[in-house]
Amino acid sequence: MKKQDAWLQSDGAVSVLVVLLGFLVGTILVALVGKNPLNMYKAILQALSGYNIDNGKMNVRYIGETLNYSVPFILCGLSMGFANRVGLFNIGGEGQYIMGMTVAQIIALLGPQIPVLHWLLALLGAMLIGAVWGGVVGILKAKYEVSEVVSTIMLNYVALYLSRIICLQLPGATTYRTASYPETALITNVFFQKITKNSLLNNGIFFMILAVVAFWFIMEKTSLGYGMRATGFNKEAARASGIPVVRSISISMAISGIFAGLAGGIIALGSFKYGRVIAGMDNYGFDGIAVALVGNSTALGTTLAGMLFGLLKNAQALMQAKQIPKEITFIIQGLIVIFIALRSALRIYKEYLDKRRLQKEVGL
Amino acid sequence: MHEYAIEMRGITKTFPGVIANDKVNLSVRNQEIHALLGENGAGKSTLMSILFGAYSADSGTILINGEEVEIKNPNVATALGIGMVHQHFKLVQNYTVTENIVLGMEPRRGQMLDLKKARSEVAALSARYGLAVDPDAKIEDISVSQQQRVEILKTLYRSAQIIIFDEPTAVLTPQEIDELIEIIVKLKDEGKTIVLITHKLREIKAVADRCTVLRRGKYIGTVEVADVSEGDLAEMMVGRAVRFEIDKPEQESGDVVLKLENVSVKDHLGLEKVSNLTLDVHSGEVVGIAGVDGNGQSELLGAITGLLPLSGGEIYINDRPIGGLTIRERIEAGLGYTPEDRQRYGLVADFTIAENAVLKNYYHPRYTGRFGILNDQAMHDEAKTLIEQFDIRAGEGSHTKAGSLSGGNQQKVIVAREISLKPKVLIVAQPTRGLDVGAIEYIRKRIIEERSRGQAILLVSFELDEIMNLCDRIATISKGTIVAVNRSDEVTERDIGMMMAGSRMKESV
Repeated sequence: MKKQDAWLQSDGAVSVLVVLLGFLVGTILVALVGKNPLNMYKAILQALSGYNIDNGKMNVRYIGETLNYSVPFILCGLSMGFANRVGLFNIGGEGQYIMGMTVAQIIALLGPQIPVLHWLLALLGAMLIGAVWGGVVGILKAKYEVSEVVSTIMLNYVALYLSRIICLQLPGATTYRTASYPETALITNVFFQKITKNSLLNNGIFFMILAVVAFWFIMEKTSLGYGMRATGFNKEAARASGIPVVRSISISMAISGIFAGLAGGIIALGSFKYGRVIAGMDNYGFDGIAVALVGNSTALGTTLAGMLFGLLKNAQALMQAKQIPKEITFIIQGLIVIFIALRSALRIYKEYLDKRRLQKEVGL
Repeated sequence: MHEYAIEMRGITKTFPGVIANDKVNLSVRNQEIHALLGENGAGKSTLMSILFGAYSADSGTILINGEEVEIKNPNVATALGIGMVHQHFKLVQNYTVTENIVLGMEPRRGQMLDLKKARSEVAALSARYGLAVDPDAKIEDISVSQQQRVEILKTLYRSAQIIIFDEPTAVLTPQEIDELIEIIVKLKDEGKTIVLITHKLREIKAVADRCTVLRRGKYIGTVEVADVSEGDLAEMMVGRAVRFEIDKPEQESGDVVLKLENVSVKDHLGLEKVSNLTLDVHSGEVVGIAGVDGNGQSELLGAITGLLPLSGGEIYINDRPIGGLTIRERIEAGLGYTPEDRQRYGLVADFTIAENAVLKNYYHPRYTGRFGILNDQAMHDEAKTLIEQFDIRAGEGSHTKAGSLSGGNQQKVIVAREISLKPKVLIVAQPTRGLDVGAIEYIRKRIIEERSRGQAILLVSFELDEIMNLCDRIATISKGTIVAVNRSDEVTERDIGMMMAGSRMKESV
């Protein structure tokens, strides 16, 4: 009994359990629609390791693509997770992502064509606009108690249409794309291309790794993060203890926005060679919510969860080739989120039990 | 009629990791008022929850009026004539008194709710037992003591013969407590059997016939209340002799440290809750604010600590105005505060003791080094010192989550933190509310120690005996102003009660 309790209390272990459960139900569903679940796992294995079990061939390109797909998931997960740790629900990752993408495209097309500096500038611009797009929400929330859920949803749409208006003005714009970027704007990494047989894996991954480390460092190691965590756990106590709650909330939303904006920049410069005039959302921002949930809003957990999502996304094409409907990956993702939500219920129940137990316990 | 209304024999109930009841016996005679005494966590509530069917016992038997029964759920208990007045009322806020009372067993006419009949039944019950309450008032509009009457009426409406009161006086003012005691006696005279769960000895002496004592889940004994003193009961409850009086050495107070000058405060609805309040606190003295809950104490505390803005007047610490400062600036200026709602304002439950220990000064160079990096080692060292100095019982030392501590130890963490910050003035709000006797003794002792060291202390409490015991001067508050300031050796508890009550009577006119 005791052992089981301790196990349940480890959030990481529960996440693993939940993911396994999601796969289990997914497997059953595949079997129910009359397909061989083994093919699904073959596809996932191939996406993960590049190894094709059917013909024994190895193609490292898949590894590169899985990593590359993971980058926006991880960054948007960090965006959601960071705000979540401060007690905020940042649904605005999508808007921050779109603005980051848009600004990166502008700088890519109009910025100075100096090697390295050009794309660096574009990514910095993406982070900056993300910080502004998120920070505004933080200030509204902290100072005027505007619900961040409402304002971020609104700003998502503002971002989508603003992006379209802006990008239509860019050089060579048609209804769906702009002119191609100059070479200096691309974040392709020749070395990566060489070792992963021309996958799209690019310099963005370095920024992603930096972001993960920054998340962990700020949140767990600094006094800024301490104030934010205190605010997230108990805003009233934080305020009564003199912690600048308004500042914590504003800064955390800005940092949140930086992560999502960076994701937008990396997609704009790494996955495309031209600017996009988008008509709909890419949904990375929304997927980030699920990623952060699975990853318990920690740096490591979110990274692992983001990689899982990247893996599933990369496996989609392979599944279809094996007659497994690719939608099954969305179903698995959905199931994982549902089970995670159940875990929260489980935790609330556990807390309730603990509380009852403590009340009973002799006044130690 | 059987001699015993309730007999619980050898009741054992375990929860993961703890034995809440260990072969507990309870025998309650018919038509007596039987007190169930024990500290927080002694197993009183568990035992009564078993009787009421909320939990089932692991072993043991229950007899009601001499017949063995199995109480599987509260409905069975209700059918057996057992009613419970919960500590936290279970009422629907926007329903009327009548609707709440009949909820679940409404009289019907055909398929229609017969509210007229319900209303007259409720009115009849309330007249018969002297439980004055307006049957048409909505719960949200009536006072706490009236809500409690509704809870009592609910049990009577369900024809309860045995009524369990769970800590009924915790939420009441001294006057309301007197009224409740009258009601309880009246219920007994009308033939009801009463079980009173409490840890307040005075109430037991005032109203109970017999008393059963539990300690750490074990049955200690049952006594005739008339044969024992409060001290005897306390000793049974705690397991050792308890001292109620606190040695408070005579000492001269020093200069004014905290000065409240014509302070006015509005609550969040914009109603003025504190008006033109003026009060001084000197170094080396404890000044108590006595008053009935809701007379501006919370708002006054909010204004001093910076949680609420001042709407008029000024607050000084050592002649320095602090009314315009941020909360952090006030703390830096020497304001210490142990809040009334400690879990909401005093602690971060998900933080460890170490993290909570530095909640107010984590940004000082001692804990935050270059690049804003926190010094974990220094935090834990500080926490360990506090754990030792303040005798905080924590399973995993400085790594223990504050939320997993008992109420007494949570309060010790807060008190330890505030004292260790060496404030110029310490504001102490309801420092012992909900704590067990051991922790109460300890916290009070610490407050007096701080006084001896020349600390200026402002104590807000609804417990009159706490105010009388600890304070040098007592300021009685009513409707947001100080009615009078008296030296504690020059007034009696009765005087203070009268001042509180007197203004209450004016209010109700």
